[in-house]
Amino acid sequence: MAVLAALPLLAVLLLLAAFPGFAGKFYVDLAAKIMILAIFALSLELLVGQTGLVSFGHAAFFGIAAYVAALLTPKSGAASLWLLAPAAIGAAAAYAVAVGALSLRTRGVYFIMITLAFAQMAYYVFHDTPIGGGSDGIYLYFRPDASIAGWRPFDLDQGHTFYYAVLACLAGTFGVLAVMLRSRFGHALAGIRVNEQRMRAAGFPTYAYKLGAFVVAAAFAGLAGFLHALKDGYVNPEILSWHQSGAVLLMVILGGLGHLRGALLGAIAFTLLQELFQWQAVFGKFAKHWQLMLGLTIIVFVATMPRGLFGLAERLHRGRG
Amino acid sequence: MDLATFLIQCLNAVQYGLLLFLVASGLTLIFGIMGVINLAHGSFYMIGAYMAYALAPWVESWLGGGFFATLAVGIVLSVLLGYLLEWLFFSYLYEREHLQQVLMTYGLILVFEEVRSILVGDDVHGVQPPALLGGSIPLSEVMSYPVYRLFISAVCIAVAVAMWFVITRTRLGMRIRAGASNREMVRALGIDIKLLYRIVFAVGVALAALAGMIASPVSSVYPGMGSQVLIICFVVVVIGGIGSIRGALVAALLVGVVDTFGKVLFPAAAGVLVYLLMAAVLLWKPEGLFKVG
Repeated sequence: MAVLAALPLLAVLLLLAAFPGFAGKFYVDLAAKIMILAIFALSLELLVGQTGLVSFGHAAFFGIAAYVAALLTPKSGAASLWLLAPAAIGAAAAYAVAVGALSLRTRGVYFIMITLAFAQMAYYVFHDTPIGGGSDGIYLYFRPDASIAGWRPFDLDQGHTFYYAVLACLAGTFGVLAVMLRSRFGHALAGIRVNEQRMRAAGFPTYAYKLGAFVVAAAFAGLAGFLHALKDGYVNPEILSWHQSGAVLLMVILGGLGHLRGALLGAIAFTLLQELFQWQAVFGKFAKHWQLMLGLTIIVFVATMPRGLFGLAERLHRGRG
Repeated sequence: MDLATFLIQCLNAVQYGLLLFLVASGLTLIFGIMGVINLAHGSFYMIGAYMAYALAPWVESWLGGGFFATLAVGIVLSVLLGYLLEWLFFSYLYEREHLQQVLMTYGLILVFEEVRSILVGDDVHGVQPPALLGGSIPLSEVMSYPVYRLFISAVCIAVAVAMWFVITRTRLGMRIRAGASNREMVRALGIDIKLLYRIVFAVGVALAALAGMIASPVSSVYPGMGSQVLIICFVVVVIGGIGSIRGALVAALLVGVVDTFGKVLFPAAAGVLVYLLMAAVLLWKPEGLFKVG
């Protein structure tokens, strides 16, 4: 059964691996963008879907890692990948330790508002101070260098190497999270989601578990942000804004809460929907106001399909069987 | 900092805090009574400010104009808007999870912002304060304080007192308080809870829109003003304790003081200070200063 359930995932992985072979540059770029957002959505799924913590400030970790990557890359040449990536991801995780330690003292609506407020604080730091070029953002001119002591296993600037690096990161994220959810830690998180008091009574330090989940989720969001900075070579405060937090939350819901695959599905669906609404050939003059259609879609979708695309697929499947 | 500067900053802090209170009280009221977390509340502030700008020429040609006439028309329109929205949209949110409320009201923000962009455009506009309140009061040889800012504070105080009176001293207020603590029981006693909710929601919308309208001559009118206010109001509500109007007042004044004096004393860290205040309060009292229930 487990093998059978993994088949569609394997098929997607093979398709993505073969994708640059037949698709044009635009579509390969789009696929890379979707995969980066999928890592981001997976990281939030760990919090919202698995642990039951609704964070509305997840973009902060994405953005902080992206900014650290851009700020630590010298203007004159490439930084080492093996230093830059841990630094970026570590910065995101460090901010998560502080934010998590405070916001996890509360629950429910407080938690939503507080994570949002702390993300907004990070947004204003980058938006209003000259650290990261203010509202203009900053450029990252050189993708990091993957050399280890003179040996260079791959070059991120060459051909489709970056695409495959993103694919590897996505597969790795999915794998790590899937294993984690099957571990004692993952089961404890699921227990906390269902009944935290009972978990505490059973002797689990639930605060520490939640903080652990928060920091791990932030680290993976940081990985996504790091890849985002490398992909575009440009970072601006908008990637920390609450629109970004809202978008990733939406991806998780759109796909369906409670499943890692839902986050993948949601990232794909959300990005394609966004591209569709901005398509001038279809929507003409209205393409400029694509957010209007996005907003209406969100409202209708959440109202009619609270369990997401994955829930819909399950329902259809059950209906047949 | 000499005495006159200090005084001016104090007045500014109080004025900003009171304005925040106007928006945050609606937010906390709607959450406390209906249990809905409304991200679109900042949009009502934005709509109010844009009404002050866009309605002025219409009011000019129909009613002969004037800032106060615009204000009155705006309040009537925002009550109608709130009433309609509650009926068509928010009444469906009460039974849903917070996560779904967050997303649906987030979608509503996108709709409001784009409709605003289609109707009025994306430019920044200024609004003239009424001539009657255009002057300023001299405080020293070089410094003076604009009368209009005092007017803002006065309006906010009047609204706060009126709210306090309605909630603690009238039958409607009693029902509102009862509805907040036990919805089922109030319904069982034969009170039309749906109407009650609709009134509370309409009042919340009108308060936010009023804040936007009276703030527009000071802050100007620009896209994105709604979300900025919303986030600060979240901070206010978190500090004050969700559902507590008294908490919202104290927290709003606190935020006003910290923000205003932060900008003067530590301009580099001004944007962060309010959040540090929130963090400090959370360390001390995780459920806000005036927890309800």
